[in-house]
Amino acid sequence: MVTVCNVSFMAMFTFKMGELVTDKHVKYILSVEKRKDDFESVVMEHLRMNGAYWGLTALDLMGKLDVVDVNEVVSWVMSCQHDSGGFGGNVGHDPHILYTLSAVQVLALFDKMDLIDADKVTNYIVGLQNEDGSFSGDMWGEVDTRFSYIAICCLSIIHRLDKINVEKAVKYIISCKNMDGGFGCTPGGESHAGQIFCCVGALALTGSLDLVNKDLLGWWLCERQVKSGGLNGRPEKLPDVCYSWWVLSSLIMIDRVHWISREKLIKFILDCQDKEKGGISDRPDDAVDVFHTYFGVAGLSLLEYPGLKPIDPAYALPVDVVNRIFFKK
Amino acid sequence: MASGSSEVEEEEQERVMLRDRPEWADVTPVPQDDGPCPVVPINYTEEFAEVMDYFRAVYLADERSPRALSLTAEAIHFNAGNYTVWHFRRLLLELLKVDLHEELEFIERIAAKNSKNYQIWHHRRRVAEKLGPDARNAELQFTKKVLSVDAKHYHAWSHRQWALQALGGWEDELDYCSELLEQDIFNNSAWNQRYFVITRSPFVGGLKAMRESEVLYTIKAIEAYPENESSWKYLRGLYKGETTSWVNDPQVSSICLKILSSKSNYLFALSTLLDLICHGYQPNQDFRDAIEALKIPDLDSQDLDIASMICSILEKIDPIRVNYWIWRKSRLPHVAQ
Repeated sequence: MVTVCNVSFMAMFTFKMGELVTDKHVKYILSVEKRKDDFESVVMEHLRMNGAYWGLTALDLMGKLDVVDVNEVVSWVMSCQHDSGGFGGNVGHDPHILYTLSAVQVLALFDKMDLIDADKVTNYIVGLQNEDGSFSGDMWGEVDTRFSYIAICCLSIIHRLDKINVEKAVKYIISCKNMDGGFGCTPGGESHAGQIFCCVGALALTGSLDLVNKDLLGWWLCERQVKSGGLNGRPEKLPDVCYSWWVLSSLIMIDRVHWISREKLIKFILDCQDKEKGGISDRPDDAVDVFHTYFGVAGLSLLEYPGLKPIDPAYALPVDVVNRIFFKK
Repeated sequence: MASGSSEVEEEEQERVMLRDRPEWADVTPVPQDDGPCPVVPINYTEEFAEVMDYFRAVYLADERSPRALSLTAEAIHFNAGNYTVWHFRRLLLELLKVDLHEELEFIERIAAKNSKNYQIWHHRRRVAEKLGPDARNAELQFTKKVLSVDAKHYHAWSHRQWALQALGGWEDELDYCSELLEQDIFNNSAWNQRYFVITRSPFVGGLKAMRESEVLYTIKAIEAYPENESSWKYLRGLYKGETTSWVNDPQVSSICLKILSSKSNYLFALSTLLDLICHGYQPNQDFRDAIEALKIPDLDSQDLDIASMICSILEKIDPIRVNYWIWRKSRLPHVAQ
């Protein structure tokens, strides 16, 4: 009787829902960061900046950012910046808006915002806004609502959001709204959870969420939960751990997260872990990677899984990092 | 060709390392900046690393030559995700005045193994843009090919939408959607494309003009598979901006009744009926009878109004979204029954 009463909440929780093998995931992420020789890392070398953001943010959420050599990472990040102000995916790679955001986010994680020449980065991003309010990824002109989110998120972090035409940016995003309440990559593009996260995030950061039909979108989003408890990205597709982030953060931003089954999703994410080697995969028993490890951990953080730092759904950075950005003197 | 030997496929020919090719003898490869040149046991990685080392050399020297162009092809074969290589290739295509039709074929070969890759699609678009209306058939064919392997391929659909708007070809698109839906009525991308056509095609009279025929089409689809989320959403979308028409169209309410009466796969029929009621629709006794005939166990018989009853049923048959249905119940207009 006494023993039962002494069982901690943590133990009860993990018994019921399974366990997050944090130490294994930390080891896995660090091993990926160190690897430069194998095929996977050579193939991914052009997007190392994204990989750094995924790995480091996941480490920070697990409270283990201090195991990384700050100076090594920071000097590498800065070496990826071009004169234009944009950052490349790695040394020797052309600038792109994708890596510019990741670079700024990584610097924010390490509280090295003072290293950023905000005007330079702003110039780069402002130059990528098009006449219709949309954003291109780089000088080659690919347009996608992902880039709208990236531009707005990045400028918001460096306190320069006012430098773009916000009204036009918002107008373009709304033009990508579909009749089901969701958003696509371009006007008329199929609603997709990843694009929805980008559009809702951008609208949240520009104070324009009133333009979203929250009830309609909320229902579309909660319909993503399938029997196994996982979330898919579109109707009749398979669940994938990364949607634990995109669907969930969108639901939180529009105040509708209680419409999904929290327990079933937690169980799904935990089942996607490789409990021996560490890391998380897209669905149970598949190969792990840093991308899904980050999204699984971030999703669990949004679900308030114990032992993880809270993450901001719009900035996709730990809440304490966001607070530091906006409230530090 | 030695006599008696069979023709060797291009891919099976022994690949010669760049350091052993005389035409590259004047170039010093540039290793990756962030570490010493690795000694790796896996041959494939060594070849790949070497290609990238040579690429880095020509990229840094800004060498815009035919051999640089073929080097980018090799680099892309190894790793189609490297966007810097694609950028450089575009500069080379421009300068060397390469036949862009051939480039389309190159992209198609690469896409065969790498179709879920933003770089390939973006590159394809840049090339097709340059070719203009000439590229129309090629782009529709290419996306059709990709979609025949994966009918929900997001990049392919995005590219196809761009091609229709920039290059034309709308005339057969609705038929193409019907074809895909015949293969898989649950293909949400095909439903989305259908909506794209009826709302944006210059050859079609617009949503209102298409509504009648599209409603008939959609109702048939719903009858066949009432558990299909896409078809119900599409039906609703046909009345965009005209909710009253949607509420008052007898076809809408009667398909709900029909599915309910079948007692099978009636979840969306119920939720649609709920939506109708919330917008003022007043269901007659037939609906009440059909719902009672479902014989849902443990239903709180205190729920006298039909909308509350529907919410209670949905809480039971869609338990993973119980909180959503509880919320819906809390938001019901208080209609006297």
